[in-house]
Amino acid sequence: MRASLSQAIASKHSSGGWPWKTLSYLVAAVVLLPILVIFTQWATVGNGEQEIWQHLFNTKLDRLLGNTLVLLLGVGFGVTLLGVSLAWLCSVCEFPGRRFFEWGLMLPLAIPGYVMAFVFLGLLNYAGPVQSTLRSWFGNQVYFPDVQGAGAVIIVLTLVLYPYVYMLARSAFVAQGRQLMDAGRILGQSYWKAFFLLAIPVARPAIVAGLALALMETLADFGTVSVFNFDTFTTAIYDAWYGLFNLAVAAQLASLLLLFVAIVLLVEHKSRAQARYSQKNSQPMQAYHLKGGRAMLASGLCLLIFLLAFILPLMQLLLWCLEVVAEEYDQRYWGFLFNTLGLGFIAALATTAFALILAYVKRLPARIVETRWQSMIIRVSTLGYALPGSVLAVGIILSFTYLDQLMLETTESLLNWNIRPFLVGSLFALVLAYCTRFMAVAFEPLEAGFERINLSIVEAAKSLGGSPGRLLRQVYLPMLRPGLFTALIIVFVDVMKEMPATLIMRPFGWDTLAVRIYQMTAEGQWERASLPSVTLILLGLIPVFMLIRSARLTRLSV
Amino acid sequence: MFRITQLFALTGCLLAACSQDAATPALQTTDSTPLPTSEAMLDAALMGPVVVYSSRQEYLIKPMFDRFTEETGIEIQYQTGEEGPLIARLQAEGERTFADVLYAVDAGFLWTAADRGLMAAIDSENLAANIPSHLRDPQGQWFGLSVRARTIVYAKDRVDPAELSSYEELASERWRGRLCLRTSKEVYNMSLVATMIERLGEERTQAIVEGWVVNLAAPVFSSDNLVLEAIAAGQCDVGLVNSYYLGRMLADDPEFPVALFWANQQSSGTHVNISGAGVTRYAHNPAGAKYLIEWLSTQEPQQMFSELNLEYPANPAVAPVPLVAAWGDFQQDQINVEAAGRMQATAVMLMDRADYR
Repeated sequence: MRASLSQAIASKHSSGGWPWKTLSYLVAAVVLLPILVIFTQWATVGNGEQEIWQHLFNTKLDRLLGNTLVLLLGVGFGVTLLGVSLAWLCSVCEFPGRRFFEWGLMLPLAIPGYVMAFVFLGLLNYAGPVQSTLRSWFGNQVYFPDVQGAGAVIIVLTLVLYPYVYMLARSAFVAQGRQLMDAGRILGQSYWKAFFLLAIPVARPAIVAGLALALMETLADFGTVSVFNFDTFTTAIYDAWYGLFNLAVAAQLASLLLLFVAIVLLVEHKSRAQARYSQKNSQPMQAYHLKGGRAMLASGLCLLIFLLAFILPLMQLLLWCLEVVAEEYDQRYWGFLFNTLGLGFIAALATTAFALILAYVKRLPARIVETRWQSMIIRVSTLGYALPGSVLAVGIILSFTYLDQLMLETTESLLNWNIRPFLVGSLFALVLAYCTRFMAVAFEPLEAGFERINLSIVEAAKSLGGSPGRLLRQVYLPMLRPGLFTALIIVFVDVMKEMPATLIMRPFGWDTLAVRIYQMTAEGQWERASLPSVTLILLGLIPVFMLIRSARLTRLSV
Repeated sequence: MFRITQLFALTGCLLAACSQDAATPALQTTDSTPLPTSEAMLDAALMGPVVVYSSRQEYLIKPMFDRFTEETGIEIQYQTGEEGPLIARLQAEGERTFADVLYAVDAGFLWTAADRGLMAAIDSENLAANIPSHLRDPQGQWFGLSVRARTIVYAKDRVDPAELSSYEELASERWRGRLCLRTSKEVYNMSLVATMIERLGEERTQAIVEGWVVNLAAPVFSSDNLVLEAIAAGQCDVGLVNSYYLGRMLADDPEFPVALFWANQQSSGTHVNISGAGVTRYAHNPAGAKYLIEWLSTQEPQQMFSELNLEYPANPAVAPVPLVAAWGDFQQDQINVEAAGRMQATAVMLMDRADYR
């Protein structure tokens, strides 16, 4: 009797889920198309391509791979260390300034990597103020580390990327509260042991999600490394394309990059597939009150990072800005500003909605085989984040011109109309490009959010006969709110900073601040790029502040 | 102090002055810079706006486009961006492209676009008269509109210009630990090396590039400005840059302690690249496209190239601004700039082998 009842319930759910699944396949198809186009370039392997591959093997591939590995390890270590430690301090401890740093440490998210890079180099290179001052004090022989080497690039990327780990780890720590640590302490573990054996593993999905974002962005990055002329695998992609005029080899290299990321993500996912991380929403609880030296250390660390990652670059940009604002500012800046905001807003909504569909469908009951397929498709559709922007843009242009062609040929043969393509160069295409590029950014916080939701609540709701749509609206969404908001905001900020895809896909007249920055930096006019940079950073603060407001609502009481 | 601001102001005055004269025919013709006929202009105007895909930055072309629209009533729409994606887009769009004109900032990309069959040859007496033959495609698929000279710069207080002679000589022992270069990923360096290969052959060129790498005083930089600043700060003594980068520095600070030397005056002439344009193969408004390019080769816009970015006008009848003219006349390398495109891939591979990053 009981068994048949639960069967009835189960079948009701699986039949109710199909529109969601169809929808998710549709979303995945749209996002996957440009990525697949990149892989199709393997069809072109002629003599020219072979010669280039041979050349790469003979000359620089080993150096580039070595550089890339060093960068990944360095940035991975840096963002994890900074992100997790700062998140822990700011979410479960209490020390002077915590209330400020808790949100202040998210602000560097608004600084694009390429902007941080040229500020860093402008300040610290041989001709810059720091080294010049040192030389005037200590003479010409004074030692200074290489400002264009791996160390410098790692520092810059760590400072701009740690907020990903910080934000995701922070929401996990807030959710897990202190009970877990207290349980460990009661069982006789030391503080550090409890931290590493309990708090970290439970927050692992969130930390890994943040780390994955940071590393994918590192792999895709071209703007930052090219300021330092630090060669990575991505550099080779651009060399093949811009230098050797061979887009096919560039796409082939890019597809290898994607394959690498896909494998790493799969392995990581497998290694925690068995574990469940759900837990009760924590009740208001007592924070650790740090005293004396410890409190000073905590405040000092937060202040240092805040200064280095935010105040210092902002100050330098403002100084440059003062020099150029008179000649640089004109009425059109308002246009750039509204375009930037508008694109960010539309793209954030669209991308988050798509990601929500993908993440939710994974929760619906399904047969095992189907689930495997689904999770693979979903994984692959988040890979756009690891593709260098220009390469992805070409993938999108190729697939969209193909779709345009199909549609136009159909209309022409049916209606005998001769019309211009409407997909490429449209706002719609640009927003889809952003969706493809930033799917991972929206997906990771949502996925981490879903994983923390206690399944028993969901089971209870299901047994009461809620449809998938109702389940999402009334059960999941309220509990997902922090993750949802994080997803929206990060996509918003990332879209505002995005350059290569915007540059090639924007409709006529849709110049953004990032486009303006490119136009100046491409000519080496860094000072003149400071006005759009500062504006972009200040604008990026709006969504970050919104995030903070929402975070306040879900924070534990102190 | 002569600042870029003043250049803009100057341009503004020019525009204002011209618009006041708009009632009288604005087409002032001199013999050396013939202008297209007004029938051609009428043809062009009837076809609607001219669409330009441009890798020249907006702030450097918009003033000219505005002036063009003002003078002819023909509207211009433009999309600026990186050359690689722009050409990929042009190619993907094929017959349905929006673009009537492709504007690029080096000959290499124009050559590639032509090589892929994306450009249309145009036959224009005006362009043949205004643009020297080594600065345009022999088939007429693209035309240089401004000249960018890449040459030697040196620290005034540490280098005697008598020591300097050619690009090749910068590979000699004399400059060990004294040379600064921009990255080989920059197309200007690719073009320079490409034309050297054309002139000297691969073997000799590679030896020279290897010599440069040995002589480097610092890791290669990501921009010409950084090279200039490094020389000024004493990190190195000589370098290679496009002349207008030095021009911008001098416009901001006339005391800037770096000077320019015209390379290879006793031999091949100084290496020049172009920014230039051509009509796309599937242009919807080919008449307008052709008219725009012809117009850009005439007196006033040629002057604006020099004013806005301190480049050299491609039209030899037009003089550069005083700051640039102060560097004196120089002999340009007469090799056709299409070699820069044709030999670019060879040059890139050669620089990789020489470990010039």
